[in-house]
Amino acid sequence: MTSFDCIVIGGGHNGLVAAATLAKTGRRVLVLEAANEVGGAARTEEFAPGFRTSSIAHLLNRLHPDVVKTLELEKHGLRFNRADFVPSVALSRDGPALMLHGAYGEVLTGASPTEQSAWKALRAQLLRYAGILKPFLSRRPPDLAGVSLLEAASLGQAALGLKKLGKEDMRDFLRVLLMNVADLLDEQLEDIRLKGLLAFDATLGSHLGPRSPTSLLGLYYRLAGEAGGMAGAQIVPQGGMGAVIAAIRASAEKAGVSIRVSSPVTRIIVEKGRAVGVALDTGEEMRARTIVSAINPATTFLHLIGPREIDTGFTRKVKNIRMKGDAAKLNLALDRPPQFTGVDATGHKGRLVIAPSPDHVERAFNPSKYGEFSPEPVMEITLPSLADPSLAPDGACVLSAVVQYAPYALKQGWNVGKPKFREAVMAQLEAYAPGVGKSVVHAELLTPADIETRYRMPGGHWHHGELQADQMLVSRPVSGWSGYDTPILGLFLGGAGSHPGGGVSGAPGLNAARRVLAMKG
Amino acid sequence: MNQQATTASSTARIAGQGHFRTLRLGTPFQPRIDALARTQDWYNWAGYRAPHSLWDEELEYFAIRSQAALFDISPMTKYRIEGPDAEAMLNRVTLRDVGKLKPGRVHYTAWCDDEGFVLDDGTLFRLSPTRFRLCSQERHLPWLLDSASGFDVTVEEETEAVAGLALQGPTSFAVLRDAGFAGLEALKIFDIADFPHDGGTVTISRTGFTGDLGYELFVPSDKALSLWDRLMCAGELRGIRAIGYTALNRARLEAGLIVANADFTTAEHAIRADRLRMPDEIGLGFMVDPEKGHFNGRRAILEARAKRRLRHVLVGLEIDGNIPAEHAIVYHRKTREVGLVSAAMWSPMAKRNIAIASLARPYGDTVVEDLWVEIYAMRELQYQKLMKRAKIVARPFIKLDRRTANPPADF
Amino acid sequence: MKAWDAIIIGGGHNGLVNACYLQRAGLDVLVVEKNDWVGGAATSRELTPGFLYSNCSYVCSLFRPEIMRDLELPRFGLQVISYEGGAVFTRDGDYLANYRDHDAHRREFARFSRRDAEAYDRYARDVTRQCRFIQPLLMRTAPDPASLRPRDLGELLYLGKKFAGLSAQEMALTLRFWTMSISDFLDEYFETDVIKANFALSGIIGTALGPMSPGTAYVLLHHYMGEVDGSVGAWGYARGGMGAVAKALAASFKASGGTIRTGAEVDHVLVDRGRAKGVVLAGGEEIHGKLVVSNADVKRTFLKLVEEKELPDIFLRRVTNFKIRGSSGKVNIALDSLPEFPALPKDSPVYRGDMHFTDSMERMERAYDDWKAGRWSADPFLDMVIPTTLDPTMAPPGKHFMSCFVQYAPPKVNGSEWTEADRDGFAESVIAQIAAYSPGFRDRIVHMEVRTPREIEAEVGLTEGNIFQGELTFDQLLFNRPIPGYAQYRSPVRGLYMCGSSTHPGGGVMGAPGRNAAAEILRDLAKSTPHMSPAHDVI
Repeated sequence: MTSFDCIVIGGGHNGLVAAATLAKTGRRVLVLEAANEVGGAARTEEFAPGFRTSSIAHLLNRLHPDVVKTLELEKHGLRFNRADFVPSVALSRDGPALMLHGAYGEVLTGASPTEQSAWKALRAQLLRYAGILKPFLSRRPPDLAGVSLLEAASLGQAALGLKKLGKEDMRDFLRVLLMNVADLLDEQLEDIRLKGLLAFDATLGSHLGPRSPTSLLGLYYRLAGEAGGMAGAQIVPQGGMGAVIAAIRASAEKAGVSIRVSSPVTRIIVEKGRAVGVALDTGEEMRARTIVSAINPATTFLHLIGPREIDTGFTRKVKNIRMKGDAAKLNLALDRPPQFTGVDATGHKGRLVIAPSPDHVERAFNPSKYGEFSPEPVMEITLPSLADPSLAPDGACVLSAVVQYAPYALKQGWNVGKPKFREAVMAQLEAYAPGVGKSVVHAELLTPADIETRYRMPGGHWHHGELQADQMLVSRPVSGWSGYDTPILGLFLGGAGSHPGGGVSGAPGLNAARRVLAMKG
Repeated sequence: MNQQATTASSTARIAGQGHFRTLRLGTPFQPRIDALARTQDWYNWAGYRAPHSLWDEELEYFAIRSQAALFDISPMTKYRIEGPDAEAMLNRVTLRDVGKLKPGRVHYTAWCDDEGFVLDDGTLFRLSPTRFRLCSQERHLPWLLDSASGFDVTVEEETEAVAGLALQGPTSFAVLRDAGFAGLEALKIFDIADFPHDGGTVTISRTGFTGDLGYELFVPSDKALSLWDRLMCAGELRGIRAIGYTALNRARLEAGLIVANADFTTAEHAIRADRLRMPDEIGLGFMVDPEKGHFNGRRAILEARAKRRLRHVLVGLEIDGNIPAEHAIVYHRKTREVGLVSAAMWSPMAKRNIAIASLARPYGDTVVEDLWVEIYAMRELQYQKLMKRAKIVARPFIKLDRRTANPPADF
Repeated sequence: MKAWDAIIIGGGHNGLVNACYLQRAGLDVLVVEKNDWVGGAATSRELTPGFLYSNCSYVCSLFRPEIMRDLELPRFGLQVISYEGGAVFTRDGDYLANYRDHDAHRREFARFSRRDAEAYDRYARDVTRQCRFIQPLLMRTAPDPASLRPRDLGELLYLGKKFAGLSAQEMALTLRFWTMSISDFLDEYFETDVIKANFALSGIIGTALGPMSPGTAYVLLHHYMGEVDGSVGAWGYARGGMGAVAKALAASFKASGGTIRTGAEVDHVLVDRGRAKGVVLAGGEEIHGKLVVSNADVKRTFLKLVEEKELPDIFLRRVTNFKIRGSSGKVNIALDSLPEFPALPKDSPVYRGDMHFTDSMERMERAYDDWKAGRWSADPFLDMVIPTTLDPTMAPPGKHFMSCFVQYAPPKVNGSEWTEADRDGFAESVIAQIAAYSPGFRDRIVHMEVRTPREIEAEVGLTEGNIFQGELTFDQLLFNRPIPGYAQYRSPVRGLYMCGSSTHPGGGVMGAPGRNAAAEILRDLAKSTPHMSPAHDVI
């Protein structure tokens, strides 16, 4: 039987980050990936002959600087600067589009002068408040059982950050923290296009509408991320998200990590309450002192460990993690680039958002509560081949869109519902980019159910668990076990289901590895 | 997992609407008990109308110790747990090693939540290799169903379907033998066997809650009355008497047995976090089997042991004098409050003033000397305050050879 | 000209509570009320001969027993009678009842699901733990976390210690409780839709949120932390209608020497060099007082009664941003006989409790979707009671008063004011729902009063018809209520205080805001408060 210091289950970006971090300390680390290549939902894949696209995640806006530094990703070809930042475009059916340039709208165009100054103030405030929360991203959530002096001190630090805000700012911070995004926007902005865009950003990837209390946290989460050293900046990576994975993989391999693909783990071997190894679908067993599961927490506990080795209360908590996705992915192979109404060339290279108003986003959200898809979905679109022509044949174009709301558990079933939903999505696209429908060579629509099957993400949820206030921080993935370790000794969780959550950040993987190191695992 | 549907159809539901008219149900034995209930002294046992006493609570107690006492245990919560994985599932839920429990045997066990706090104690009957009956004070269907996840096992409540009787006392064997239960003498303590009754089967175990020779009998509810009559008829010459809970409670205290939600608070009902108890804190530490594989609460219990985080201990006390120290506060050196008495009585069998108390460690654990109880005895509208010395003693307070003697004595 | 020691604007229950405490502390207090009667939203009015209507608030639980005792309210006629039961009717001709007896309650739930019947104990335990955590906060003034004053720091420390005193499991649950939706919370305990709907209703009453909105688990607590004489979480009727609360308060106030002027609408607060000096009535009459306490909501008080120039910008901005969207209406009905519900046995105690028709979470949430779209709910959620089944004083013998609390009703219909036709349509949605479960119901109606948020605002003065004087979301709770920096009942105008439900701990006929405000005022006056009981112990 082969033996390692650490086995990392799952070769998604978090698994690779955890593995690389551990290997850098001299540990012998093996990554086991079920699919035939690493990267999980952050791959670049060919979805039609000659057309390649980022499989799920298509924008880089939160790769954690500690990850970049620890893995020396710049040395491995991942270097960005301001020129790579792409704008966000709030599309309009009939008028000119509104554009947020630079890092999340350092400059706003297409809006009235009063709106521009209102936005400037709001943007500053959002970034300031997100900045308060930012240090939590790379830190283990406090342990409630023994709120030690050390943890109290670390929380105190955050409070100190608060004090720096100044009295009135701190009061506002505490007021708006758990507010809904729509109300906050109504307090400060006028332009429904701008408000629609922000409402969309706050709720993207979650089962919330802009009127749902706590939805503002989604926006903070986004703005706590950064790219190229700038909070709120976003990048469409050359070569798709797979290029980011390639850099992380290169770093991991350089650190000595062994990677085995097409090796699905079927069981974590537990002896007397301690994880001692894993078994593959071939029956092959491997042992290690430490196992890091960078896959979904529910899969880890309910399938790889099984309820026999864990307590009923814990099983209940794991089963109670809400992780039914609402976001679908649309990949279109187009025979020519689409023309979105009122958008210039720069805009087309950016992130194009269809979310005409907060009310529209809210109306799109409503049906998802009852297992129905939005008749008029909202979405963010990128055209990655415009910046990287290698992704599509000459003259052709790739359109990549994340579309909401497409509830995982569609009442009518996705077999019946998918063609209808595709029609609804295409109708929306057509309204904003007339003629796009006729240019479609191939369309691939991945519903959460498809994402679940293809990427082994239960519920097709890219955060591996709703990223809502009650499933954040000390409650992520479940209360009592938010610190990356688990009731099974030697088993750690390092996927997006753990704090701080999903998106291509590497933070959960990095934090988990740090925890393993702190525990001398 | 396959399990019984827990939700009902609408016709069955509507048919059941009228229950609000009867707040306390009768058990299958109720017609007989009602006929004997001269004191009409009832209490609510899990929604059933159960007797505190039937005719004389003092004499009912002596019926246990000198004759044969019949006590209706039908309101006790009963679950049928059945399937190829029943043993594995129960091993995962309860503290003791179910692998060591052979078919035809019973053991007393307990189960805990994830934090190692006791959810309840009860008796586990292994009726066959794959069929068990779990009897307890509280209800646990959600816990058992959720614990069955991943096991090939059925969990079904059978409290209403199965009626139960405890027949306890020195002549209990003779009564059953005379009633025609041939072969009963082969039953050793904690054995179970099936016997024919009224065209069906009665399951008899040599168990009880009195520390005396005794048996517990389980029948389908529709055979309950004929079983009662059969026993009463056979027992007439052996002094059989029906009794209520007060008498039984005395006998159990002499036997040193604890009662959930009387001597400790069950974890699902404890609103105040400091009321929760680990097995080691209520004298059930002996059940914990760290070698048997995973069981619920294992991690927490072993951690509490290792880190010396156990905060309470349950002890038997012998108190000077003869005034029962019910709910008295326990002191160290007459000054420092260290615990509370949960049950107390003058024991007729031990001729001692006995009690069960919960103490805060180290008292009762390493500090066992100089303990006192403050008794508030209400006498003619005044409290007589007594400070009495208490000594920690082993439980049970009485040990009766006839409880375990083989073959059982024919008195 | 006489200068009162204190003038209270508005004779709602909190205004009267506040007035009572100040008067009993030796102040000479005047209450000015715009209507010809006192009570605000706690009134009983004879709108048709022989029938008393609790036409706004209609049931009692939250009113703090400490206040009832301090102000001797039973002596002045206040008596609360507990419900005997309650039910949600199901669409298949059955109902799910709530019975007071624990075993009957379990058996009733077991008709639907044996598992849920037993899961109830764990649910009740967890909710009780949360209530015990929050209850002691009701009668305390919230700290200002941005302040370094010893009192704020001390109060913050109290909160911190209280939290630290919880077990890790309780802490975790508390943190989740404050941010979860009641729907998600209930999913963790129950499997049956109607059982969830039965509990979820406490998470939405009075709230502009649906059961699937985060934050509604807290709203549930807000409705659970009351009591009827020690029976925590119980609800009951005030004998004589909710006006009995106001009547008893007014009587108590007058008995201690206080003065009430009804029919006296305040036009604005007199402010002189940053200090409140009194009020000016609508007719122009000036009344002088050393301090002024407003029972009106924070928006009405500072956007209508105080001149803009007296208030700092940031304060005004926050008041403007205060969320006070109304979400409910009332349909009050006089009946010539007790309605029959064929699903319900005639001897059921449910008649003497609260009845509902929304038997699924989806129906409840869809009712909310209508509100978000600016419409009243096509299939509304009703909290329906017939107090006359327990209180014979409210209608002639054999006849009944029925109160239907209706959700959701928006402050404006599609952005426009409510019209008479809208109001009729709203009423019809309610009557149709009841009639579907009670044949012949329409024929029993003798008289009906329909109150949309428009009527509630016009008569009671609650801005946008919000019954809590402001939404109960986290951004408006505790130290954020009504607005950050002003959660201590004071305002930027010296001598002007707030005592309405806009302030901590919020709405419902609770009296705590009025009492807490009095405590702060008396503190400012350096008066001792021997007549004010501390909060009851939670042990």
